[in-house]
Amino acid sequence: MSDAVRAVERVARLSYGRLVARLAARAGSLADAEDALSDALARALETWPRTGVPDNPEAWLTRTARNRAIDRARSGLLPVAYEQDLTRMAEERSQTPAPTMDPRLPLMFVCAHPAIDPSLRAPLMLQAVLGLDARRMASVFLMPPGTLGQRLTRVKAKIESTAIPFELPEGRDFEARMTDVLNAIYGAYVVGYNGMPAGDPKAATLAQEALWLVSLLADGFPQAAEAHGLFALMLFAEARRPARTDASTGALVPLEEQDTTLWDGGMLGDAETALRNAARRPSLGRYQLEASIQAVHAARARTGATDWDALALLYAGLVEIAPTVGAFTGHAAVLCETEGPAAALTALDAIPEAARASYQPWWATRAHVLARHGDIAAALEAFDRAIGLSDDPAARIYLSGRKARLLQS
Amino acid sequence: MQFIIMNYTPPADHPDADAVRAAADGELWGAYTRALIDAGIMVGGEALHPPHTATTIRMANGAREVQDGPYAATKEQLGGFYVIDVPDLDTALEWAARNPAATSGAVEVRPVIMRTP
Repeated sequence: MSDAVRAVERVARLSYGRLVARLAARAGSLADAEDALSDALARALETWPRTGVPDNPEAWLTRTARNRAIDRARSGLLPVAYEQDLTRMAEERSQTPAPTMDPRLPLMFVCAHPAIDPSLRAPLMLQAVLGLDARRMASVFLMPPGTLGQRLTRVKAKIESTAIPFELPEGRDFEARMTDVLNAIYGAYVVGYNGMPAGDPKAATLAQEALWLVSLLADGFPQAAEAHGLFALMLFAEARRPARTDASTGALVPLEEQDTTLWDGGMLGDAETALRNAARRPSLGRYQLEASIQAVHAARARTGATDWDALALLYAGLVEIAPTVGAFTGHAAVLCETEGPAAALTALDAIPEAARASYQPWWATRAHVLARHGDIAAALEAFDRAIGLSDDPAARIYLSGRKARLLQS
Repeated sequence: MQFIIMNYTPPADHPDADAVRAAADGELWGAYTRALIDAGIMVGGEALHPPHTATTIRMANGAREVQDGPYAATKEQLGGFYVIDVPDLDTALEWAARNPAATSGAVEVRPVIMRTP
Protein backbone atom coordinates (compact mmCIF):
# COMPACT_ATOMS: atom_id res chain seq x y z
CA MET A 1 0.00 0.00 0.00
CA SER A 2 1.44 3.39 -0.96
CA ASP A 3 1.87 6.22 1.52
CA ALA A 4 -0.81 8.22 -0.28
CA VAL A 5 -3.35 5.41 0.01
CA ARG A 6 -2.52 5.04 3.70
CA ALA A 7 -2.83 8.80 4.17
CA VAL A 8 -6.28 8.79 2.56
CA GLU A 9 -7.35 5.92 4.78
CA ARG A 10 -6.02 7.61 7.89
CA VAL A 11 -7.75 10.89 7.12
CA ALA A 12 -10.93 9.04 6.20
CA ARG A 13 -10.83 7.14 9.46
CA LEU A 14 -9.94 10.02 11.78
CA SER A 15 -11.73 12.87 10.11
CA TYR A 16 -14.67 11.26 8.35
CA GLY A 17 -17.29 12.41 10.83
CA ARG A 18 -15.83 15.88 11.20
CA LEU A 19 -15.79 16.35 7.43
CA VAL A 20 -19.31 15.01 6.93
CA ALA A 21 -20.52 17.22 9.77
CA ARG A 22 -18.99 20.36 8.32
CA LEU A 23 -20.27 19.68 4.84
CA ALA A 24 -23.73 18.70 6.03
CA ALA A 25 -24.01 21.68 8.37
CA ARG A 26 -23.48 23.96 5.41
CA ALA A 27 -25.71 22.16 2.96
CA GLY A 28 -28.35 20.69 5.30
CA SER A 29 -28.11 17.30 3.65
CA LEU A 30 -26.35 14.30 5.12
CA ALA A 31 -26.66 12.22 1.95
CA ASP A 32 -25.16 14.94 -0.26
CA ALA A 33 -22.37 15.53 2.23
CA GLU A 34 -21.47 11.83 2.21
CA ASP A 35 -21.58 11.71 -1.60
CA ALA A 36 -19.40 14.78 -1.93
CA LEU A 37 -16.91 13.43 0.59
CA SER A 38 -16.65 10.06 -1.10
CA ASP A 39 -16.02 11.90 -4.40
CA ALA A 40 -13.30 13.91 -2.68
CA LEU A 41 -11.73 10.78 -1.19
CA ALA A 42 -11.69 9.16 -4.63
CA ARG A 43 -10.09 12.31 -6.02
CA ALA A 44 -7.46 12.20 -3.26
CA LEU A 45 -6.59 8.62 -4.18
CA GLU A 46 -6.02 9.75 -7.78
CA THR A 47 -4.11 12.94 -6.98
CA TRP A 48 -2.08 12.38 -3.83
CA PRO A 49 0.18 9.64 -5.22
CA ARG A 50 1.29 12.16 -7.89
CA THR A 51 1.32 15.43 -5.96
CA GLY A 52 2.12 14.14 -2.50
CA VAL A 53 -0.12 14.36 0.55
CA PRO A 54 -1.10 18.00 1.19
CA ASP A 55 0.01 19.68 4.42
CA ASN A 56 -3.53 19.82 5.69
CA PRO A 57 -5.29 16.80 4.16
CA GLU A 58 -8.55 17.54 5.93
CA ALA A 59 -8.78 21.06 4.52
CA TRP A 60 -7.96 19.71 1.06
CA LEU A 61 -10.76 17.16 1.30
CA THR A 62 -13.26 19.73 2.59
CA ARG A 63 -12.44 22.11 -0.23
CA THR A 64 -12.59 19.40 -2.88
CA ALA A 65 -15.84 18.02 -1.52
CA ARG A 66 -17.43 21.49 -1.53
CA ASN A 67 -16.25 22.14 -5.04
CA ARG A 68 -17.62 18.77 -6.12
CA ALA A 69 -20.97 19.68 -4.58
CA ILE A 70 -20.97 23.01 -6.38
CA ASP A 71 -20.06 21.30 -9.69
CA ARG A 72 -22.92 18.91 -9.24
CA ALA A 73 -25.27 21.76 -8.45
CA ARG A 74 -24.17 23.57 -11.61
CA SER A 75 -24.66 20.51 -13.75
CA GLY A 76 -28.25 20.46 -12.52
CA LEU A 77 -27.96 17.46 -10.25
CA LEU A 78 -28.86 19.52 -7.20
CA PRO A 79 -31.68 21.98 -6.64
CA VAL A 80 -30.97 25.64 -7.36
CA ALA A 81 -31.52 26.69 -3.76
CA TYR A 82 -28.78 24.34 -2.70
CA GLU A 83 -26.41 25.87 -5.25
CA GLN A 84 -27.13 29.39 -3.99
CA ASP A 85 -26.61 28.22 -0.48
CA LEU A 86 -23.29 26.67 -1.31
CA THR A 87 -22.11 29.74 -3.17
CA ARG A 88 -23.14 32.01 -0.33
CA MET A 89 -21.42 29.78 2.17
CA ALA A 90 -18.31 29.55 0.05
CA GLU A 91 -18.24 33.36 0.14
CA GLU A 92 -18.83 33.49 3.87
CA ARG A 93 -16.16 30.91 4.47
CA SER A 94 -13.29 33.33 4.15
CA GLN A 95 -14.78 35.53 6.89
CA THR A 96 -16.06 32.85 9.26
CA PRO A 97 -13.63 32.04 12.05
CA ALA A 98 -12.90 28.37 12.50
CA PRO A 99 -15.50 26.84 14.84
CA THR A 100 -14.03 25.76 18.16
CA MET A 101 -16.57 23.04 18.81
CA ASP A 102 -16.05 19.61 17.31
CA PRO A 103 -18.58 19.56 14.45
CA ARG A 104 -19.22 15.87 15.07
CA LEU A 105 -21.13 16.73 18.25
CA PRO A 106 -24.09 18.46 16.57
CA LEU A 107 -24.01 15.71 13.93
CA MET A 108 -24.59 13.15 16.68
CA PHE A 109 -27.62 15.13 17.87
CA VAL A 110 -29.01 15.15 14.31
CA CYS A 111 -28.63 11.36 14.09
CA ALA A 112 -30.53 10.87 17.36
CA HIS A 113 -33.24 13.43 16.55
CA PRO A 114 -36.71 12.58 17.91
CA ALA A 115 -38.08 12.55 14.33
CA ILE A 116 -35.86 9.57 13.52
CA ASP A 117 -36.96 5.99 14.23
CA PRO A 118 -35.11 4.96 17.44
CA SER A 119 -33.98 1.66 15.90
CA LEU A 120 -32.11 3.56 13.16
CA ARG A 121 -30.39 6.18 15.32
CA ALA A 122 -27.42 4.00 16.26
CA PRO A 123 -26.62 2.74 12.73
CA LEU A 124 -27.15 6.24 11.31
CA MET A 125 -24.70 7.71 13.82
CA LEU A 126 -22.11 5.02 13.15
CA GLN A 127 -22.44 5.68 9.45
CA ALA A 128 -22.44 9.48 9.54
CA VAL A 129 -19.79 9.97 12.21
CA LEU A 130 -17.51 6.98 11.64
CA GLY A 131 -18.24 6.05 8.04
CA LEU A 132 -19.31 2.44 8.71
CA ASP A 133 -21.21 1.02 5.76
CA ALA A 134 -24.55 -0.72 5.93
CA ARG A 135 -23.10 -4.04 4.79
CA ARG A 136 -20.71 -4.14 7.72
CA MET A 137 -23.35 -3.11 10.26
CA ALA A 138 -26.14 -5.38 9.01
CA SER A 139 -25.00 -8.54 10.78
CA VAL A 140 -24.61 -6.70 14.07
CA PHE A 141 -28.01 -5.01 13.88
CA LEU A 142 -29.55 -8.24 12.56
CA MET A 143 -31.09 -6.64 9.47
CA PRO A 144 -30.69 -7.60 5.81
CA PRO A 145 -27.92 -5.35 4.40
CA GLY A 146 -30.18 -4.07 1.60
CA THR A 147 -32.97 -3.20 4.04
CA LEU A 148 -30.62 -1.36 6.40
CA GLY A 149 -29.14 0.58 3.46
CA GLN A 150 -32.59 1.59 2.22
CA ARG A 151 -33.76 2.60 5.68
CA LEU A 152 -30.68 4.78 6.17
CA THR A 153 -31.21 6.42 2.78
CA ARG A 154 -34.83 7.18 3.66
CA VAL A 155 -33.82 8.62 7.04
CA LYS A 156 -31.29 10.94 5.37
CA ALA A 157 -33.98 12.13 2.94
CA LYS A 158 -36.20 12.84 5.93
CA ILE A 159 -33.47 14.87 7.67
CA GLU A 160 -33.26 16.96 4.52
CA SER A 161 -36.96 17.33 3.81
CA THR A 162 -37.87 18.20 7.40
CA ALA A 163 -34.83 20.50 7.60
CA ILE A 164 -33.51 19.14 10.90
CA PRO A 165 -30.93 21.79 11.85
CA PHE A 166 -27.28 20.82 12.20
CA GLU A 167 -26.98 22.65 15.49
CA LEU A 168 -26.87 21.80 19.13
CA PRO A 169 -30.26 22.00 20.83
CA GLU A 170 -30.49 24.72 23.44
CA GLY A 171 -31.93 25.23 26.90
CA ARG A 172 -34.33 22.72 28.34
CA ASP A 173 -34.34 20.74 25.10
CA PHE A 174 -30.68 19.92 25.47
CA GLU A 175 -30.98 17.38 28.27
CA ALA A 176 -33.72 15.34 26.62
CA ARG A 177 -31.89 15.35 23.32
CA MET A 178 -28.65 14.36 25.07
CA THR A 179 -30.48 11.38 26.54
CA ASP A 180 -31.51 10.35 23.02
CA VAL A 181 -27.90 10.58 21.84
CA LEU A 182 -26.67 8.53 24.81
CA ASN A 183 -29.39 5.90 24.29
CA ALA A 184 -28.41 5.53 20.64
CA ILE A 185 -24.73 5.09 21.50
CA TYR A 186 -25.57 2.63 24.25
CA GLY A 187 -27.80 0.77 21.78
CA ALA A 188 -24.83 0.39 19.45
CA TYR A 189 -22.71 -0.82 22.34
CA VAL A 190 -25.27 -3.32 23.60
CA VAL A 191 -25.77 -4.97 20.21
CA GLY A 192 -22.01 -5.14 19.98
CA TYR A 193 -21.71 -6.66 23.44
CA ASN A 194 -24.80 -8.77 24.11
CA GLY A 195 -26.51 -9.06 20.75
CA MET A 196 -23.60 -10.88 19.16
CA PRO A 197 -21.91 -14.15 19.98
CA ALA A 198 -19.37 -13.36 22.71
CA GLY A 199 -16.42 -14.49 20.59
CA ASP A 200 -17.45 -12.67 17.37
CA PRO A 201 -14.78 -10.13 16.33
CA LYS A 202 -17.43 -7.94 14.64
CA ALA A 203 -19.03 -7.44 18.05
CA ALA A 204 -15.79 -6.22 19.61
CA THR A 205 -15.23 -3.78 16.76
CA LEU A 206 -18.67 -2.23 17.04
CA ALA A 207 -18.38 -1.96 20.82
CA GLN A 208 -15.12 -0.05 20.35
CA GLU A 209 -16.70 2.30 17.79
CA ALA A 210 -19.47 3.03 20.28
CA LEU A 211 -16.88 3.64 23.00
CA TRP A 212 -15.16 6.11 20.71
CA LEU A 213 -18.46 7.96 20.14
CA VAL A 214 -19.19 8.31 23.85
CA SER A 215 -15.64 9.47 24.58
CA LEU A 216 -16.13 12.25 22.00
CA LEU A 217 -19.32 13.24 23.73
CA ALA A 218 -17.85 13.19 27.23
CA ASP A 219 -14.90 15.25 25.97
CA GLY A 220 -17.15 17.76 24.25
CA PHE A 221 -19.54 18.17 27.18
CA PRO A 222 -17.56 18.06 30.42
CA GLN A 223 -20.71 19.21 32.30
CA ALA A 224 -22.92 16.37 31.05
CA ALA A 225 -22.83 13.90 33.96
CA GLU A 226 -24.72 11.20 32.10
CA ALA A 227 -22.26 11.25 29.19
CA HIS A 228 -19.46 10.51 31.67
CA GLY A 229 -21.68 7.92 33.35
CA LEU A 230 -22.24 6.09 30.07
CA PHE A 231 -18.55 6.33 29.21
CA ALA A 232 -17.74 4.73 32.59
CA LEU A 233 -20.40 2.04 32.15
CA MET A 234 -19.07 1.05 28.76
CA LEU A 235 -15.44 1.03 29.92
CA PHE A 236 -16.31 -1.23 32.86
CA ALA A 237 -18.03 -3.70 30.54
CA GLU A 238 -15.27 -3.53 27.96
CA ALA A 239 -12.57 -4.12 30.59
CA ARG A 240 -14.20 -7.45 31.47
CA ARG A 241 -14.52 -8.73 27.90
CA PRO A 242 -11.47 -11.08 28.13
CA ALA A 243 -13.07 -12.86 31.10
CA ARG A 244 -16.52 -13.28 29.56
CA THR A 245 -15.98 -16.69 27.99
CA ASP A 246 -14.19 -19.77 29.29
CA ALA A 247 -11.23 -20.43 26.99
CA SER A 248 -11.48 -24.23 27.29
CA THR A 249 -15.26 -24.82 27.06
CA GLY A 250 -16.36 -21.71 25.17
CA ALA A 251 -19.06 -21.18 27.81
CA LEU A 252 -20.14 -17.76 28.99
CA VAL A 253 -18.83 -16.91 32.47
CA PRO A 254 -21.25 -14.92 34.65
CA LEU A 255 -19.88 -11.70 36.11
CA GLU A 256 -19.59 -12.88 39.71
CA GLU A 257 -17.63 -16.00 38.65
CA GLN A 258 -15.19 -14.24 36.30
CA ASP A 259 -11.45 -14.49 36.90
CA THR A 260 -10.65 -10.92 37.93
CA THR A 261 -7.02 -11.26 36.86
CA LEU A 262 -8.26 -11.34 33.24
CA TRP A 263 -9.90 -7.93 33.60
CA ASP A 264 -8.12 -5.01 31.96
CA GLY A 265 -6.83 -3.02 34.95
CA GLY A 266 -5.97 0.09 32.94
CA MET A 267 -9.43 0.28 31.46
CA LEU A 268 -11.03 -0.24 34.88
CA GLY A 269 -9.00 2.72 36.13
CA ASP A 270 -10.26 4.85 33.22
CA ALA A 271 -13.81 3.74 34.05
CA GLU A 272 -13.42 4.83 37.67
CA THR A 273 -12.08 8.20 36.55
CA ALA A 274 -15.03 8.68 34.22
CA LEU A 275 -17.44 7.78 37.01
CA ARG A 276 -15.77 10.32 39.33
CA ASN A 277 -16.11 12.95 36.59
CA ALA A 278 -19.82 12.17 36.44
CA ALA A 279 -20.24 12.29 40.21
CA ARG A 280 -18.90 15.86 40.34
CA ARG A 281 -22.14 17.08 38.73
CA PRO A 282 -25.24 17.52 40.83
CA SER A 283 -27.47 15.12 38.94
CA LEU A 284 -28.07 11.40 39.11
CA GLY A 285 -29.13 9.47 36.03
CA ARG A 286 -29.60 5.99 34.73
CA TYR A 287 -26.15 5.59 33.26
CA GLN A 288 -24.38 6.80 36.39
CA LEU A 289 -26.35 4.25 38.43
CA GLU A 290 -25.56 1.47 35.98
CA ALA A 291 -21.90 2.47 36.02
CA SER A 292 -21.94 2.47 39.83
CA ILE A 293 -23.36 -1.07 39.75
CA GLN A 294 -20.46 -2.05 37.50
CA ALA A 295 -18.02 -0.32 39.86
CA VAL A 296 -19.30 -2.46 42.76
CA HIS A 297 -18.74 -5.61 40.70
CA ALA A 298 -15.30 -4.36 39.67
CA ALA A 299 -14.33 -3.82 43.32
CA ARG A 300 -14.29 -7.62 43.73
CA ALA A 301 -10.89 -7.55 42.02
CA ARG A 302 -9.57 -5.73 45.12
CA THR A 303 -11.77 -7.02 47.93
CA GLY A 304 -12.31 -10.60 46.76
CA ALA A 305 -16.06 -10.42 47.48
CA THR A 306 -19.16 -8.91 45.88
CA ASP A 307 -20.96 -6.32 48.01
CA TRP A 308 -24.53 -7.49 47.35
CA ASP A 309 -26.12 -5.00 49.76
CA ALA A 310 -24.61 -2.08 47.84
CA LEU A 311 -25.87 -3.64 44.61
CA ALA A 312 -29.39 -4.03 46.03
CA LEU A 313 -29.49 -0.33 46.91
CA LEU A 314 -28.24 0.75 43.50
CA TYR A 315 -30.69 -1.52 41.68
CA ALA A 316 -33.56 -0.22 43.81
CA GLY A 317 -32.63 3.25 42.58
CA LEU A 318 -32.25 2.09 39.00
CA VAL A 319 -35.69 0.49 38.75
CA GLU A 320 -37.14 3.76 40.09
CA ILE A 321 -35.63 5.99 37.41
CA ALA A 322 -35.29 3.49 34.55
CA PRO A 323 -37.94 0.80 34.92
CA THR A 324 -36.79 -1.50 32.11
CA VAL A 325 -37.21 -5.27 32.03
CA GLY A 326 -33.41 -5.55 32.20
CA ALA A 327 -33.20 -3.44 35.37
CA PHE A 328 -36.00 -5.40 37.10
CA THR A 329 -34.37 -8.69 36.17
CA GLY A 330 -30.98 -7.53 37.47
CA HIS A 331 -32.63 -6.33 40.69
CA ALA A 332 -34.27 -9.74 41.18
CA ALA A 333 -30.93 -11.52 40.70
CA VAL A 334 -29.39 -9.36 43.45
CA LEU A 335 -32.41 -9.90 45.77
CA CYS A 336 -31.75 -13.62 45.49
CA GLU A 337 -28.41 -12.97 47.24
CA THR A 338 -29.58 -10.42 49.82
CA GLU A 339 -33.09 -11.61 50.72
CA GLY A 340 -33.23 -15.10 49.32
CA PRO A 341 -34.87 -16.86 46.36
CA ALA A 342 -38.49 -16.33 47.51
CA ALA A 343 -38.12 -12.55 47.37
CA ALA A 344 -36.36 -12.85 44.02
CA LEU A 345 -39.22 -14.94 42.59
CA THR A 346 -41.77 -12.37 43.73
CA ALA A 347 -39.75 -9.66 42.02
CA LEU A 348 -39.43 -11.71 38.82
CA ASP A 349 -43.14 -12.48 38.72
CA ALA A 350 -43.98 -8.80 39.14
CA ILE A 351 -42.53 -8.08 35.68
CA PRO A 352 -45.37 -7.92 33.11
CA GLU A 353 -45.73 -11.14 31.12
CA ALA A 354 -45.51 -9.41 27.75
CA ALA A 355 -42.14 -7.86 28.59
CA ARG A 356 -40.53 -11.01 29.94
CA ALA A 357 -42.05 -13.83 27.82
CA SER A 358 -39.22 -13.92 25.25
CA TYR A 359 -36.55 -12.11 27.28
CA GLN A 360 -33.69 -14.58 27.67
CA PRO A 361 -32.05 -13.05 30.79
CA TRP A 362 -35.38 -13.26 32.66
CA TRP A 363 -35.56 -17.04 32.04
CA ALA A 364 -31.88 -17.55 32.88
CA THR A 365 -32.30 -15.62 36.14
CA ARG A 366 -35.50 -17.48 36.96
CA ALA A 367 -33.80 -20.83 36.39
CA HIS A 368 -30.99 -19.83 38.73
CA VAL A 369 -33.39 -18.57 41.41
CA LEU A 370 -35.65 -21.66 41.18
CA ALA A 371 -32.63 -23.95 41.52
CA ARG A 372 -31.61 -22.08 44.67
CA HIS A 373 -35.18 -22.37 45.91
CA GLY A 374 -35.03 -26.15 45.46
CA ASP A 375 -37.78 -26.26 42.82
CA ILE A 376 -35.79 -28.50 40.46
CA ALA A 377 -38.49 -29.39 37.94
CA ALA A 378 -39.45 -25.75 37.37
CA ALA A 379 -35.76 -24.76 37.25
CA LEU A 380 -35.05 -27.34 34.52
CA GLU A 381 -37.97 -26.00 32.51
CA ALA A 382 -36.70 -22.42 32.88
CA PHE A 383 -33.18 -23.49 31.85
CA ASP A 384 -34.66 -25.06 28.71
CA ARG A 385 -36.52 -21.90 27.86
CA ALA A 386 -33.43 -19.76 28.41
CA ILE A 387 -31.46 -22.11 26.13
CA GLY A 388 -34.17 -21.91 23.45
CA LEU A 389 -34.12 -18.12 23.57
CA SER A 390 -30.31 -17.79 23.39
CA ASP A 391 -28.74 -16.61 20.16
CA ASP A 392 -25.22 -16.90 21.57
CA PRO A 393 -23.65 -20.37 21.54
CA ALA A 394 -21.55 -19.37 24.59
CA ALA A 395 -24.76 -18.76 26.58
CA ARG A 396 -26.18 -22.11 25.46
CA ILE A 397 -23.06 -23.98 26.56
CA TYR A 398 -23.13 -22.27 29.95
CA LEU A 399 -26.85 -22.91 30.53
CA SER A 400 -26.63 -26.55 29.38
CA GLY A 401 -23.78 -27.06 31.82
CA ARG A 402 -25.79 -25.57 34.68
CA LYS A 403 -28.76 -27.71 33.78
CA ALA A 404 -26.63 -30.88 33.65
CA ARG A 405 -25.18 -30.12 37.09
CA LEU A 406 -28.67 -29.60 38.47
CA LEU A 407 -29.80 -32.97 37.06
CA GLN A 408 -26.86 -34.69 38.76
CA SER A 409 -27.39 -33.09 42.15
CA MET B 1 -46.81 -12.09 8.44
CA GLN B 2 -45.74 -15.68 8.09
CA PHE B 3 -42.12 -16.63 7.55
CA ILE B 4 -40.47 -19.97 6.91
CA ILE B 5 -37.24 -20.60 8.80
CA MET B 6 -35.22 -23.32 7.07
CA ASN B 7 -32.47 -25.01 9.05
CA TYR B 8 -29.42 -25.99 7.04
CA THR B 9 -27.05 -28.14 9.05
CA PRO B 10 -23.74 -29.82 8.24
CA PRO B 11 -23.81 -33.64 7.88
CA ALA B 12 -22.35 -34.23 11.36
CA ASP B 13 -25.66 -33.05 12.77
CA HIS B 14 -27.63 -35.88 11.14
CA PRO B 15 -25.57 -39.01 10.50
CA ASP B 16 -28.69 -41.20 10.56
CA ALA B 17 -32.36 -41.17 11.28
CA ASP B 18 -31.95 -42.09 14.94
CA ALA B 19 -29.59 -39.21 15.48
CA VAL B 20 -32.05 -36.88 13.79
CA ARG B 21 -34.75 -38.03 16.13
CA ALA B 22 -32.38 -37.71 19.05
CA ALA B 23 -31.42 -34.21 17.95
CA ALA B 24 -35.05 -33.24 17.43
CA ASP B 25 -35.86 -34.41 20.93
CA GLY B 26 -32.55 -33.11 22.08
CA GLU B 27 -31.92 -30.18 24.25
CA LEU B 28 -31.20 -27.41 21.76
CA TRP B 29 -33.85 -28.12 19.18
CA GLY B 30 -36.42 -29.05 21.78
CA ALA B 31 -35.72 -25.88 23.75
CA TYR B 32 -35.91 -23.73 20.62
CA THR B 33 -39.14 -25.33 19.47
CA ARG B 34 -40.74 -24.92 22.88
CA ALA B 35 -39.69 -21.28 22.98
CA LEU B 36 -41.44 -20.72 19.62
CA ILE B 37 -44.59 -22.50 20.79
CA ASP B 38 -44.71 -20.68 24.13
CA ALA B 39 -44.25 -17.34 22.38
CA GLY B 40 -47.43 -18.19 20.47
CA ILE B 41 -45.88 -17.66 17.04
CA MET B 42 -45.43 -21.26 15.85
CA VAL B 43 -47.60 -22.09 12.82
CA GLY B 44 -45.95 -25.39 11.93
CA GLY B 45 -42.76 -27.13 11.05
CA GLU B 46 -41.14 -30.53 10.63
CA ALA B 47 -37.78 -32.20 11.12
CA LEU B 48 -36.64 -34.21 8.10
CA HIS B 49 -34.80 -37.50 7.73
CA PRO B 50 -31.18 -37.07 6.62
CA PRO B 51 -30.28 -36.09 3.04
CA HIS B 52 -29.19 -39.62 1.99
CA THR B 53 -32.84 -40.66 2.30
CA ALA B 54 -33.82 -38.09 -0.34
CA THR B 55 -34.80 -38.88 -3.92
CA THR B 56 -34.61 -36.19 -6.59
CA ILE B 57 -36.71 -36.20 -9.74
CA ARG B 58 -36.30 -33.82 -12.65
CA MET B 59 -37.02 -33.59 -16.38
CA ALA B 60 -33.89 -33.19 -18.49
CA ASN B 61 -34.26 -32.77 -22.27
CA GLY B 62 -37.75 -34.17 -22.09
CA ALA B 63 -36.66 -37.27 -20.22
CA ARG B 64 -37.32 -38.02 -16.59
CA GLU B 65 -34.34 -38.52 -14.34
CA VAL B 66 -34.53 -40.02 -10.88
CA GLN B 67 -31.52 -39.74 -8.58
CA ASP B 68 -30.60 -40.76 -5.09
CA GLY B 69 -29.79 -37.94 -2.74
CA PRO B 70 -30.81 -34.33 -2.28
CA TYR B 71 -31.33 -31.76 -5.03
CA ALA B 72 -28.60 -29.37 -3.92
CA ALA B 73 -25.12 -30.84 -3.43
CA THR B 74 -24.01 -28.47 -0.69
CA LYS B 75 -22.22 -29.18 2.57
CA GLU B 76 -25.11 -27.91 4.66
CA GLN B 77 -28.38 -29.68 3.98
CA LEU B 78 -31.98 -28.84 4.79
CA GLY B 79 -32.66 -30.57 8.09
CA GLY B 80 -36.07 -29.16 8.86
CA PHE B 81 -38.17 -26.03 8.90
CA TYR B 82 -40.46 -23.90 11.00
CA VAL B 83 -43.27 -21.62 9.89
CA ILE B 84 -43.82 -18.72 12.28
CA ASP B 85 -46.29 -15.86 12.40
CA VAL B 86 -44.68 -12.59 13.55
CA PRO B 87 -45.34 -8.88 12.88
CA ASP B 88 -42.30 -8.24 10.67
CA LEU B 89 -38.99 -9.42 9.23
CA ASP B 90 -37.05 -7.86 12.11
CA THR B 91 -38.84 -10.13 14.57
CA ALA B 92 -38.45 -13.15 12.26
CA LEU B 93 -34.69 -12.54 12.13
CA GLU B 94 -34.52 -12.31 15.93
CA TRP B 95 -36.02 -15.80 16.13
CA ALA B 96 -33.87 -17.11 13.27
CA ALA B 97 -30.74 -15.96 15.13
CA ARG B 98 -31.80 -18.18 18.04
CA ASN B 99 -32.11 -21.24 15.78
CA PRO B 100 -29.37 -23.77 16.68
CA ALA B 101 -28.55 -24.15 12.96
CA ALA B 102 -27.45 -20.48 12.92
CA THR B 103 -24.46 -21.68 14.97
CA SER B 104 -23.76 -25.03 13.32
CA GLY B 105 -24.79 -24.30 9.72
CA ALA B 106 -27.05 -21.65 8.26
CA VAL B 107 -30.63 -20.48 8.56
CA GLU B 108 -32.69 -19.13 5.67
CA VAL B 109 -35.69 -16.91 6.34
CA ARG B 110 -38.32 -16.25 3.68
CA PRO B 111 -41.73 -14.62 3.78
CA VAL B 112 -44.62 -16.96 2.99
CA ILE B 113 -47.05 -15.86 0.28
CA MET B 114 -50.40 -15.54 2.00
CA ARG B 115 -53.55 -16.50 0.12
CA THR B 116 -56.59 -14.36 0.68
CA PRO B 117 -59.48 -16.67 1.60
